[in-house]
Amino acid sequence: MIEKILARHSGRSGVRAGDLVVCSVSKAIQLDIGYATGVDQIPEKIDNPDIVAVILDHTVPAPTINDANAHMKAREFVKKFNIKRFFDIGNHGICHQVILENGLALPGEILTCTDSHTCASGAFNCAARGVGPVEMLQIICTGKTWFKVPPTIRFVLTGEKPPNVFGKDIFLHIAGTYGSAEGFCVEFAGDGVRSLTIDDRATIATMCAEISAEFALFEADEVIVRYLKGITNEPFEPVTSDEDAEFADVRYIDLSSLKPYVSKPDYIPHNTVEIDRLGERVKIDQAFIGSCANGKLEDLRIAAEIVKGRKVAPGVRFIVTPASQNVYKEAVRRGYVSTLVEAGAIVTNSTCGACYGGHMGVLGAGEVCITSSTRNFKGRMGSPEAKIYIGSSATVAASALAGYITDPSGVLEGVVSP
Amino acid sequence: MTELIVEGRTWVFPEPNINTDLINPQTVFGKPLREQVKAIFSANRPGWVDLVREGDILIAGKNFGTGSSRPGAMLFKELGIRAIVAESINGLFYRNCVNYALPALECPGVTNLVCEGDVVRVHFHSGVVENVTTGESAAGQAVPEFLLGIVRAGGILPQLREKGYIR
Repeated sequence: MIEKILARHSGRSGVRAGDLVVCSVSKAIQLDIGYATGVDQIPEKIDNPDIVAVILDHTVPAPTINDANAHMKAREFVKKFNIKRFFDIGNHGICHQVILENGLALPGEILTCTDSHTCASGAFNCAARGVGPVEMLQIICTGKTWFKVPPTIRFVLTGEKPPNVFGKDIFLHIAGTYGSAEGFCVEFAGDGVRSLTIDDRATIATMCAEISAEFALFEADEVIVRYLKGITNEPFEPVTSDEDAEFADVRYIDLSSLKPYVSKPDYIPHNTVEIDRLGERVKIDQAFIGSCANGKLEDLRIAAEIVKGRKVAPGVRFIVTPASQNVYKEAVRRGYVSTLVEAGAIVTNSTCGACYGGHMGVLGAGEVCITSSTRNFKGRMGSPEAKIYIGSSATVAASALAGYITDPSGVLEGVVSP
Repeated sequence: MTELIVEGRTWVFPEPNINTDLINPQTVFGKPLREQVKAIFSANRPGWVDLVREGDILIAGKNFGTGSSRPGAMLFKELGIRAIVAESINGLFYRNCVNYALPALECPGVTNLVCEGDVVRVHFHSGVVENVTTGESAAGQAVPEFLLGIVRAGGILPQLREKGYIR
């Protein structure tokens, strides 16, 4: 799939793994951090304002003066070039969620963004890649960048996932079993994909940053095409892999055999375990649901249903951060927010905040956190002496009630359909 | 086309998956550049930045620079590091190296070729890494001329400036 997309956008009839190609970029997504991390220049001229979107997400609302100044720079840029797709505070969200909600990532296209989890948009068959701040400036100015065509590892998903298993668990199983995919494009295909919601697919694609994949791609099946046609009028042309396509490896995953997983602290590849094999009881100080990976409406629904009428365990902080303002509004309408708050959770505004240790949920030395966010590097969510376990939002909510990391299966009755 | 060759004293970080949170911790985001540079590896090798001299070369393990888009390459350059040679380099970090004009090379076996303090000579066009101290060498992946052109131009910013995109 990736070869077809990179060929299409570099004006070639075909490319092979290892080729270096210069491509036209379909969408360039600039973020607040693009202005806060050393590249705060406003260009003199840009290639095409219509491929650019600006989203404030990492530092919302601004926790420091530096961040507030970065937001001002972003607004100045938007005004100067009349950028129509601008997601300012109140209409904002974590970029990858905003991209998926607004049809900014389309099948067969190339999207770049100044965040490493940009591969999230691969859920929509879009070759999406994180780039650094200066590269984003180059793409905004020239509309182009280079890619080295990666070889592809194909995951064929078969069977139907059990109701207590979510996109996060599937990813943790894959990362635990096969480890790093550094330098590869990973693609997901097979009948098993049908049993995955759009949100589950987006979670899996997002998390592929944690196995260092260059790109992550799902096929655009009828579920994706129908969804996109409902939110955008832009035409698109999905790609699929040919029958005789060459893969570096093909791996089969039987979804029906999977159980809830967690990643142990510090890194994910080859470091995950089924929760019932975690061994000793892991007590937690903080439980966090949020991020581009798992701050979606379905995550909030599951969390709310699990904690309904119950109380968060004494000594545990339960923090929930919706992935976008739209998710937040819908969660308020449906009563999820009041259910969560009644149970003792804190529901914050949408931001990348706690996931990257920026604000609204930073960990102290020696604290233990179970999170459904993206990354558990040492120091990721605050102190380098904190320990970060990663699981599904169901696992996080169940653990928030128990006070220790626990398999959510026992509290899922009525929450997910069997 | 001029050959790109860098020679210098080495620092060796053999462990795999050294990530961008270690290179550029969140705690110094938005702080002046000097403070960000001082925080490099503060969690895994405190005090190291004070030992680095202008022109040194970083030797690293597998998947070096995994993680975020944070511009760690820029910070290494600011610190005085003139080249990175690793067993393998994370894709996003590698892009940042090219774009901030910090020459970087992938060379499987390099952490066995070099002991910290050895002097190495890195040939980016051919991919050869010579250990000047021991006389041994290893073959890494040659860097395409297209990417070396960006490095030689001083990275993306001078290129954009030259074409009038930025001041």
